[in-house]
Formats: sequence, structure tokens, C-alpha cells
Amino acid sequence: MRIVFKTTYEADIRLFKHGAQAFWYALLLIVAVAAPFLLGDFLTGEATNVLIWAICGMGLMLLVGQSGQASLGHAAFMAIGAYSCVLLESAGVPFILALPLGGIITGIAGGLFALPVTRLHGIYLAIATLAVSVMMEDVIVLAEPLTGGVNGLIAPDIEIFGVNFNRYGNASGLYWLILAIAILIVLAYRNIQRSPLGRAFAAVRDSEISAQAMGINVARTKATAFAISTFMTGIGGALMGHFAGVFNQETFNLVISINLILMIVIGGLGTIHGAFLGAVVIGFLPQAIAFARDGLGSIFHFGSIAIPGLETGIFGTILILFILFEPLGIYGRWVKIRTYFELFPFARRDMFRRQKSYLKTERIR
Amino acid sequence: MSLLELKNVTLKFGGLTAVNDVSFAVEEGEVFALVGPNGAGKSTIFNMISRFYTPYSGDILFEGKSILNKAPHEIAGLGIARTFQNIELFEQASVLQNMLVGRYTHRRSNFLTELLFTPFVRREEHRHREAVEKAIDFLDLQPYREKLIAGLPYGVRKVVEMGRALAIQPKLLLLDEPASGLSVEETQDVAFWIEDIKKVMGITVLMVEHDMHLVSSVCDRVLALADGKKLALGTPREVQTDPRVVEAYLGSDEEEAA
Ligand SMILES: Nc1ncnc2c1ncn2[C@@H]1O[C@H](COP(=O)(O)OP(=O)(O)OP(=O)(O)O)[C@@H](O)[C@H]1O
Ligand SMILES: [Mg+2]
Repeated sequence: MRIVFKTTYEADIRLFKHGAQAFWYALLLIVAVAAPFLLGDFLTGEATNVLIWAICGMGLMLLVGQSGQASLGHAAFMAIGAYSCVLLESAGVPFILALPLGGIITGIAGGLFALPVTRLHGIYLAIATLAVSVMMEDVIVLAEPLTGGVNGLIAPDIEIFGVNFNRYGNASGLYWLILAIAILIVLAYRNIQRSPLGRAFAAVRDSEISAQAMGINVARTKATAFAISTFMTGIGGALMGHFAGVFNQETFNLVISINLILMIVIGGLGTIHGAFLGAVVIGFLPQAIAFARDGLGSIFHFGSIAIPGLETGIFGTILILFILFEPLGIYGRWVKIRTYFELFPFARRDMFRRQKSYLKTERIR
Repeated sequence: MSLLELKNVTLKFGGLTAVNDVSFAVEEGEVFALVGPNGAGKSTIFNMISRFYTPYSGDILFEGKSILNKAPHEIAGLGIARTFQNIELFEQASVLQNMLVGRYTHRRSNFLTELLFTPFVRREEHRHREAVEKAIDFLDLQPYREKLIAGLPYGVRKVVEMGRALAIQPKLLLLDEPASGLSVEETQDVAFWIEDIKKVMGITVLMVEHDMHLVSSVCDRVLALADGKKLALGTPREVQTDPRVVEAYLGSDEEEAA
């Protein structure tokens, strides 16, 4: 196990804990940048899709993992991001401005939504956000003059300073662009984690009562979490809209909201890694399922019939298995494996078991 | 002018009068204790000062000004820090992070500059960490710096909670039973710390404590309460020998009224 001797405050603040960590992330970055050369256009497109999911997932992760609020309606905010970005573009705003503006509009919408509903806790908040996701689909259909109704909107090709990032014409370019955006979002996420706001999120998540005693305005902090979360998710939604090319209310339906939640739980709550690992699962699982189905179909001769609800069913099963057996998600499992090898052969079975929490009363609430 | 003053404060929970017409004043620089049997209303008084509860009647003044128009999250900013009887820490965060939350009232950056982690935010962060490391040193918490609260033993949690309150750098520190559940040695540490908090840091302390030994060793003045009513006010010795106090304790059995 690596012991880091901390001699400056910077040691706790900087992005990488030690040189080796910086090295591994640099290597990861090189691999990520080189990926299109190795993957070919189709897989590069799939990787782009994963990155977009990861961006949306980081938004939700910040909300759920950092500030402890549930949202079953984040697809609604993806929709706001996508529609506002594309509408701005059709009004003549260049993509490079329309994307952040779309994010900001979504963030403002999220913050305003949060102000009344963050009084709700747990399941009640989940239901309120679920309602938003359901309502958003109707709103999009009803606001046809603006949104194109069920026919949807066509996202123009992304163009920045004359360079075209068409999904098919310039698959690598689009991948790099979205990789860059994902990295910027990761940096913003890390910056929040290491500054007072991130700690206020944790405070609100773990004990509202003592957060207040520390001077934290709970309602405002929760609304800020919503705003930043929906900003990120809105950016992700806008990218997804462009990636899809054409989108309507179905592109951002309830299933997408649920997938986002699955993603962050499976990946590992509260960590940036979790958002990316979850995105890989969500991004590639449909293919894996189709692949397995076709394979089994050819072995057992039932052909490649579509089984309705199969995908959702498998997602659900995986989620339940994770909640039961690995609540810390894929990233949590990885940390355990890594620690096991670092300590080898001294790792103990009970090492990750938490000590019993002490009895708490809710009397003061 | 007293630092903290309660004037005829009454609080009712439904039919129960938890605090009944209580008045007292805490002077700057002293260690003031509230004692009394279980259910006397001590924690309720703390919760009124923290503005979690609003008195039914009466007024609470801090530095001469009423705080009844303040929201609970505005109290820390005035310079009032507290601990909780049932330890309210941020379970899924490290000791260091918990204590850094105590610096929230000193936050001068906003979410935009923090998103970008500007040089200003970085300088501020150094300032916060310097203050927190001082508290960690003071309370001998170095071995636990990076540990998650969820895995810490009870005694350490108590100390961390005190450290978090100190990180606020308050004028008035409210300690709700700082020694309950601690061993004799740990209680001794608490006694030393309270002395230092008063003498070295110049922070006024208002504490609730059942351990009369600790109370008489560190407190300047004591207010005894029973059933929400004020029984006696004076030095630890005076209060302990007051017949009404003796009776209140004997009447309600138990307690280390020794
Ligand atoms: N939120 C509440 N709702 C109803 N009754 C309450 C509430 N909080 C406290 N009480 C009651 O008010 C009375 C005073 O409680 P308080 O917690 O202030 O006692 P205490 O002096 O701190 O006692 P202890 O030594 O046990 O901590 C008790 O009878 C208690 O049951
Ligand atoms: Mg109490």
C-alpha cells in the first residue's frame, strides 16, 4: 500500500494524490485519445455514445452521490438541453455557444425546479422527479410549434470554426470533441469535490441538521446541486441529440431516466469512475444482449426474434444484483481488488465491513 | 453586555412545557454549565439557541441583539458553534472533510469560482486547511485525519465533533454533554481542552454535562434546571449544595450528583 507523506496543504488539494496516479491517468488519456486509430469508425461511434452517457451520468452522479438527492427524471433535463441547444442553433447561434447556453438554460430550469421540491426527501423527491420526466414527454408533444411534436427536431451537424463533426463523415473528430467536453466536465466535478461547495453537498447529504448548524443553507445548497447537475446533464442531452441526428420526446423518455440511475448505481455511487464504468455497461449492454440472443437463437434454432422488455428486464436484474451484492458498484469492487493485491497476502475478509453505526435519534427533526 | 442572554424563555411541546420561563446570561470568557436531571430541558435550550426551535415566549440575545429573527443556518455565522448530544457528523466523509465543513461560514468564494477552482479559491482553501490542521493538532486527531467517520469509535467521534465546532472559530461554543460515554482518561482530555478553549483561544463555553466532577473542575458558573424550571445559579460548589438541587436529583433518583 502506498503511503503518501503530506507536507503541504497542496497535497490534499491537488488533482492527483501522487505521481504514479498522475502517470496512470496520463496513460489513460493517451489511450483514450488514440482510440479512434485502433477502433475503426463503428466502434469509435460506440465509444462516443459511451462518453455522452458518461457526461449525463456525471450530472446525475453529482446529485445522487454527492448531494444525496434522488432523481428519476433526469432524462427530462437531457431533453431541455437538447431542445434548447438545437433551437438556439436554428436561431443562428453557433454550436460552440449554443451548447453551453443549452446547459445553462437546463441548469436554471433544474435550479428553479429544485427550489420547491427539495423540501421532499427520499422516495417523495424520487416521485416528484419521476413526474417531471413523465410530464416532459407530454410537454414536448404539446409544444409542437417549438419542438416539432412527435416528428421531433433535426439536429444540424456540429460545426466549430468551419470544421464539420458529422457522426459519419468525421467519426474520430466527433469522438475527440466529446472526449474534450467530458474531460472538462470531469475537471469541474473534481473542482467541486475539493472546494467548500462539494463539502456542503456531503454535509447536506449526511446530516441536514448539523449542516445547518455549520452555517449551510440547506435549501439553497440542494438547489445549487440540482442546477449544476442538470447543467451537466443538459450538455449531455444536447450532445445526445446531435449524436442521434433526429430526436423527439421518445429519445428522452422515462426509460432513459431509469437507465441513468442504473448506470450510476452499477458503476459505483459517488465517484466519477462510477459514471464512466456505468456508461460502458449501459452503452454496450444492448449490443451484448442482442449478440447473445442471436447467438443463442442460432444454437437453439429460435431465430433472432425480438423479445419485448428483454433489455429492461436484464438491466433491472443487474441493478438488483448490484444493490444486493455490491452496493459500491463496479468501482467499489475494483478498489477492493486493488487493495487486496496491494496488501497481498495480508488482506482480511472483514476489511471493508463498516463498523456498526451508532444509534441516532431523529428527535430534533 | 453579556455575550448570550436568555430572557424569560418558555418552550412547549404540545402540552409539555419543556422550558419554563428560564432566564440567564453567559458572560464573555467564562465556562457556563447547564445541569439537571434527564428531561430537564437542557438540550432544548441549545436547540433554541441554534434556532431549530422557536421559543413560545421570551427572547434570546447574542451580543445584545435578538437572534429570534435569524434562520438556523445564520447562527454559525454570528459566531455560535455547537455539538450535539447524539453526535451529528457527516458519516460518509473523512475527519478532515468534516472539519473543513466547519469552515463554511468563512467561505468567500462562490460556486462559479469553485467550479473553475480559480487561484483565489486555491488560496482560500489553503487558509481553511491551515485553520483546520490547527484544530486537528490541538485535539490530537492526526491518526484519524483521512478516516471515514462511519468507521470511527464513539470517543473519537465526540472529539471530531468538537473539532468541527472549533473550526468555525466561534465566539461561543455550545457543548452538549461533551464527556458522556467517554472513559475517565478521555474525560480528562476534554477537561484540558475546555480549559484551553477558554484560556488560549478565548472562546466562551456553554455546556451541558452530567458529570459533576468535570463541571466543578472546569466551569465558572452553573445553572441547575429541573422540569424546565430554573432551580439555582452560582458556582459549582454553591449549586451542588443547594437544597433544591439536591432534592431534584434525589427525587428523580440516579445521576452522578456526586
Ligand atoms: N422534539 C420534541 N418533541 C416533543 N418533546 C420533546 C422534544 N424534544 C424534547 N422533548 C421533551 O422535552 C423535555 C426536555 O428535553 P431535553 O432534550 O431538553 O432534555 P435534556 O435536559 O437535554 O435531557 P437529557 O439529559 O436526557 O439530555 C423532555 O421531556 C423531552 O421528552
Ligand atoms: Mg439533552
